[in-house]
Amino acid sequence: MVKKGHIFSFFAILIVAAVIMGLVTAPIIHNVKLGLDLKGGFEVLYQVKPLKAGQKIDQNTMSNAVAALNKRINVLGVSEPSISIQNGNRIDVQLPGVKDEKRARQLLSTTANLTFRDYKDHLMLDGSDLQPGKAQVAFDSLNHPMVTLQLKDPNKFASVTKKVLSYGYPNNVLVIWMDFGKGDSYQNEVGKANHKFISNPSVDNVLNTSDVQISGNFTVPEATTLKDLLNSGSLPVKMTEIYSTSVGAQYGQNSMKDTLFAGALGVAAILLFMLLFYRFGGLIANITLAFYIYIVMGVFVGLQAVLTLPGIAAMILGIGMAVDANIITLERIKDEIRSGKSILSAFRAGSKRALPTVVDANLTTIIAAAVLFMFGESSVKGFAVMLLISNCVTFITSVYGARLLLGLLVHSKALNDKPWLFGIKRSDIREH
Amino acid sequence: MNTNSNMNYKHYNKFYGHLDFMKYRNVFFIFSSALIILGILSLFVFKLNLGIDFSSGTRIDIQGSQPMSVAKVARVFTDMGYNAETPVLAGNQNSMATVRLNQELNQGQIAQIKSVIQKQFGVNPNVNTVSPQVGRDLAKNGLYALIIASIFIIVYVWIRFEFLQGLTAVLALIHDAFFIVTVFSLFHIEVNILFISAVLTIVGYSINDTIVTFDRVRENIKLSRKRLTTLQELGDVVNLSIRETLTRSVNTVLTVLFPVIFLLIFGSESIRTFTIALLVGLICGVYSSICIACPLWAVMKSRYLASRKEKRTVRTES
Repeated sequence: MVKKGHIFSFFAILIVAAVIMGLVTAPIIHNVKLGLDLKGGFEVLYQVKPLKAGQKIDQNTMSNAVAALNKRINVLGVSEPSISIQNGNRIDVQLPGVKDEKRARQLLSTTANLTFRDYKDHLMLDGSDLQPGKAQVAFDSLNHPMVTLQLKDPNKFASVTKKVLSYGYPNNVLVIWMDFGKGDSYQNEVGKANHKFISNPSVDNVLNTSDVQISGNFTVPEATTLKDLLNSGSLPVKMTEIYSTSVGAQYGQNSMKDTLFAGALGVAAILLFMLLFYRFGGLIANITLAFYIYIVMGVFVGLQAVLTLPGIAAMILGIGMAVDANIITLERIKDEIRSGKSILSAFRAGSKRALPTVVDANLTTIIAAAVLFMFGESSVKGFAVMLLISNCVTFITSVYGARLLLGLLVHSKALNDKPWLFGIKRSDIREH
Repeated sequence: MNTNSNMNYKHYNKFYGHLDFMKYRNVFFIFSSALIILGILSLFVFKLNLGIDFSSGTRIDIQGSQPMSVAKVARVFTDMGYNAETPVLAGNQNSMATVRLNQELNQGQIAQIKSVIQKQFGVNPNVNTVSPQVGRDLAKNGLYALIIASIFIIVYVWIRFEFLQGLTAVLALIHDAFFIVTVFSLFHIEVNILFISAVLTIVGYSINDTIVTFDRVRENIKLSRKRLTTLQELGDVVNLSIRETLTRSVNTVLTVLFPVIFLLIFGSESIRTFTIALLVGLICGVYSSICIACPLWAVMKSRYLASRKEKRTVRTES
């Protein structure tokens, strides 16, 4: 006699799972963070070096640098930037979907240390004298763009202009430098057409004001960049690019399309194979695989991990490895059926015998993944996370999920005496 | 009802019920040793074709909409004053080109190349420039993490199984990882940063595969209910266990191979070397679990037992 209650529970579970899966599909797809290789954009890895001799690069300087970079990136309006410290002295910046890469690079790596100096390069004013966030782009009477600043203390500007004025013509200049470095000097640069300083206005009066205008030979974008740099503050360190990669948006989309298509075919092949080889057992395995895919994606999105091209490949591969737990169990059950057991006791004995195998195989991999996670860096670590997730989820779906679903049907007695449901010929079963 | 069913369904498979893996163990050992020696030689002679992640320089990928010619791509770069190594074409109807330059470019140079390519081919190219430090650090870190992981694996298998099985499992794992390196060296396939991930994947797969087979060995030793000491006895158990798990081994590797093969054919160009590494590693992983790890364990175990017996005999004699 077939127990209908078990069959009912079986379908109830499937329907509930299908509804949940239907509900979470959209949130998962919307919240998945795509890496640069899929979305397009660019990534730069900076080596951080001291700005001044004797400056130490420690945790504190690094977080200050990251904070300054964050402000600058906000200026660029990138939707999901990622900035991370690597190896203690490197900063990795990922900017997906950036349009103007050139400007972004310039904006990121300039130290943006604005200084006002006299003709002998003595420091008169620097960034700390500016009111933060008050730089603006304005236009002069000839409609040339210029940048206006506000100083904290008008009196200080008065004393500076007074001093500069006292040098007399032609030395009464206030030279405005961006990133004045070692070996730079006004005297060397002033003769050049393409000089390094921004501008060298002559001071003709003592200026008792807090408003300062910088009018170099700017184009509008240049003036805007300067304004943005000044508003986001200077970098406390020097950064040099040691790695950069940029991916065109179209290229990224194509890669993702190709890889997802290949992955879909691969998964379809797995499902078909399981169905043909294990029949009903394969169907159950396929259902648990669908759960597996959803749970792995859900955990992945929940951890806010970034999906990259190798990540997709690893995920597709993980499906193949998750099936292993199903295969081990189903092979055991088939063995037991062939030995002449009833479907029910074959299911019980097979599941029981397969469990230690699956546990040991997965635990060994989990141990390896955990070690890779603890000692690995960047992409080694990312890989370990994926391996850990997929192994743990395999336990839930392919071991317990499959056992629950198959168990309900086996206990309902609907499968009794139907070895063909497991892909076994009656002639292969041992007679007693 | 049969209480000891497990011993009764042996040798049921008509396809490989008679396969004797122990008999050919020396063939496998010699074959694998030869491969390892070949790998070492190849590393000395051909070295590895290191991508810019590990050497240094710039890689430019152009994905056009029309077929391209090597001559045109090379000319565009020569006109800009770069000595482009032979551009490589790929993709449907050669609509993709990859150019490698030996130098690291600065911001200005990259911007220039991008605008020229945009003008000439109508697409925005991917430009990667790398100092080798990053890739080398990652490879070093991966290797270091792998060594620690191996120690942990040995310890775990030692606790759950026995020391010699842990040791042979790790030997099989190293065998597989090194085989991928050998293939990449021999065929001069470019090694990039994804290669590290591929090797780690194979390590995960290989250890999984070996443990499943050893698990059956452990079970069959328990079921045999007597002390197995000679190579013959241990070998019988190994043969039996491999045969019993062979369907599973083949099916599992097939299910993993399906997506890999599809990724290789239809997947993105930029993960091609990654999938090649996986394909090679997966096949090698099954082979090493069955033909290396298990027979090697039987040989080592029987020698160990023999030496212990000898010592005991010596002690009783004296």
